[in-house]
Amino acid sequence: MSTLLESIFSVEFFFAVLRVSTPLIFPALGVAITAMSGNINIGLEGIMLIAAFTGVIVSIYTESLMLALLAGVASGIFFGAALGYFHLKLKADIILAAVALNFLASGLTIFLLIVITGGRNTSALRSLTFPSFHIPVLRSIPVLGPILSGHNIMTYVAFLSVFVYYVVMFKTPLGLRIRAVGQNPDAARSVGINVDRVKLYALMISGVFGALGGLYLSMGYVSWFSRDMVAGRGFIAVAAATMGGNLSFGTLLGSMLFGLVNTATIYISSLDIPSDLVQSIPYLATVIVLAIYSARNFAPRKRKAGSAHHPENEHHEKKP
Amino acid sequence: MQQFLLKNFDAVRTAIAILIGMLICVLLIILVSSSPGDSISIFLFGPFSSQRTIASIFEIATPIIFTGVALSIAFQAEQFYIGAEGAFYITAAVGTAFAVSTSMPWFFHIPLILLVSGTFGGLWGLIPGYLKARFNTSEVVTALMLNFVALYAGLYLINNFFRDRAAGFMVSFRLPESAELSRFIDRTRIHWGVVLALVVAVWAYYFLYHTRTGYEIRTVGHNPKFARFGGINVFKVIIIVHILTGAIAGMGGMVEIMGIHRRFNWQDLPGQGWDGVIVAIIGRMHPLYVVAAAIFLGYLRVGGQQLRLMSDVPFELVLVIQSAIILLITARAFLSQWEARMVIRQASEEAES
Repeated sequence: MSTLLESIFSVEFFFAVLRVSTPLIFPALGVAITAMSGNINIGLEGIMLIAAFTGVIVSIYTESLMLALLAGVASGIFFGAALGYFHLKLKADIILAAVALNFLASGLTIFLLIVITGGRNTSALRSLTFPSFHIPVLRSIPVLGPILSGHNIMTYVAFLSVFVYYVVMFKTPLGLRIRAVGQNPDAARSVGINVDRVKLYALMISGVFGALGGLYLSMGYVSWFSRDMVAGRGFIAVAAATMGGNLSFGTLLGSMLFGLVNTATIYISSLDIPSDLVQSIPYLATVIVLAIYSARNFAPRKRKAGSAHHPENEHHEKKP
Repeated sequence: MQQFLLKNFDAVRTAIAILIGMLICVLLIILVSSSPGDSISIFLFGPFSSQRTIASIFEIATPIIFTGVALSIAFQAEQFYIGAEGAFYITAAVGTAFAVSTSMPWFFHIPLILLVSGTFGGLWGLIPGYLKARFNTSEVVTALMLNFVALYAGLYLINNFFRDRAAGFMVSFRLPESAELSRFIDRTRIHWGVVLALVVAVWAYYFLYHTRTGYEIRTVGHNPKFARFGGINVFKVIIIVHILTGAIAGMGGMVEIMGIHRRFNWQDLPGQGWDGVIVAIIGRMHPLYVVAAAIFLGYLRVGGQQLRLMSDVPFELVLVIQSAIILLITARAFLSQWEARMVIRQASEEAES
C-alpha cells in the first residue's frame, strides 16, 4: 500500500495528470459555452477528431506549425457552424445532428486518410508537434516546479483558455448575451437579441475549443493521427462541464478529476485493484451530481408554478 | 401526383435524402477510384453476389433492429435517450454471466435468459428514465455517462469472474449449448435472433400505434404541454419508454451473443447502439420501417466490405454516406419550402375549382 501511495503522490504522477487533463479541458470548455447558450453539444467528439486530422495533414504537407494550427481551428469552427446550421436553420434536433456529425467525422477522417496518405489506421508520416517548454522561475520551485514546468505549450494554453472563457462569459457583452439566451430565450428575444445568431456564435466558439483539444491530441500528446483517436473525450467533456456547472473554474476541476482518475488507473493497473471499477467512478459521480443539481433546481420551480413544469421538454418541442 | 407527394411527404423526404446520399457516394467513388465503374457496381451489387454476402446483410441487421426499434420508442416520446449502446453492452455481459452459471434444457434456458436480460436492460433504462421523469435531469447526459459505466462494469464482471483463461484473449467462458440460438440456414450465421427481432418490431408497432399507452407516448412526443393538459400522465410515459428502450436494446445485446459470438468477446462498446440511432432516424421512428432501415444499413455495410476487399475505395465511404443521409432526414426544414409551395398551389387550385 505504501508503495502505491508513493507512486501516486509522486511528481511524475501529478505531471501526468496535467498532461492527461489537457485534451479534456479544451472540449469541456466547448461543452460549457454551448450549455450556457441553452444547448447540449455532444458533437465535440467529432470536432476534435476533424481538427486532429486537419492539423496532422496540413503540418505534413506544409511543414508549418502555424498553418496547421490555423487550419485545425478553422476546421473546428466550420464543424461547429455546420452543427449550428443544421440545428438552427434546418431545424434538426441538436442531439441527433451531433450524432450524425460525429459519425461523419469518424468516417471522413479515415476515408481521407486512406485516400491522401494510404495509411489504413494511422498516418505513416509523423506530424510536427507543438513544443514543450520550461518556465524559468517556476521551474526552480522545489516540488511544484517539476509538476508545473516542462509541459507542452498547449497545456498552458488550456489553462489560459479557462481564464479566457471566464472573461468572455462574464465580462463581455457577447457572454452576457449567451447567458441571457440560455436562461430565457424569449426574454432575450424581446430585448432585441438575435437568439439564433448568439447560439451560432456559441457553437463556433465551442468549435475553437474543441479544435485546440483535437490538435493537442494529434500534435502534442502524440505526433500522428489514428483512427477514432479522440476515444470518447468529447463525451467525457460533457460530464466534466456538467459537473462543474458550466462555470470556468468548475469545468477545469471537473476535467482534472477525470484526468486524475484516468492517470491513476494507469498507475494502479499493476496492482490488485480492479481498475475497471475505479474508472467507472467519475461517470457514476457525474450522474449523481447531475441528479442533485437538477433536483435542487427543480424543487423551487415546481412550487412556484404549482404544477410540474418541464423547461427541457419545451426546448425539445417540435417546431412548427 | 401533387396530392400523393403531399400526403407522403415524409416518405418522399426520406427517399430524397437516401438518393442524395447515394449520389454523394457515387461522386466520391468517381473522385477516388481508379476504375470508378467497377467500384460502383461492386458497391451496389456486391452485397447480392453470393449467399454469404446476402446472409451477412441480415446478420448485421439483426442486432440493429433491436436497438433501432428500442430507440424508436424513446424518440417517439421525444426522449433522446442515447444509452442503447450501454444497455446493449452491459446486458450482454450480465446475460452471459447468467447463462454460463446456469444449466437446464434449452426450452427453459433460452426464454429465461431473455427474461433476465430484458429485465436487467429495463432496470438499466430506468435510471435515466426516473431521473428525467422526477427531476427533469437531461437523459442525454445521464445516458452518455451510463454508457461508460456500462463499459467498465461489464469489463469488470467478465474479466474478473467469467473470463476463460484457456482462451488466448480476453473473452468469457463459452455459453452452454442450451443457451445458443441455433443457426437455421446452412453455411450462414443467420440465427433465430432474426425472428425474435421481427417479433419485437411487430409488437412495438402494435404497441405504439394500436394501444392507449402507445397513443400517450406519441402525444407526449408531439406536444408535451397538450399531453399534460389532456390528462396524460407524463411521468408514467417517460418511465415506460425508458424501461422499454433499455429492455429491448439489452435483449438485442444478449441475442447477438447467443446467436453470433457464443461468448462475450467485446473489450469495447461494439457500436450497435449508435447504429440503432441511425436506423431509428432513417426509419422515421416507426418500428416496421426501422426493420427496413436496418436491412438497408446492413446492405450499405456489406457493400462497404466488398469495396474494401475488391477495390481501391475505403470502407469508410459508407460511414460518410450514412451520416449524410441521417443529417438530411433529421433536418426538419429540409425541403420544407418545396412542401409549402405545393400546399399553396394545391390550395389555390382547390379554391379555383
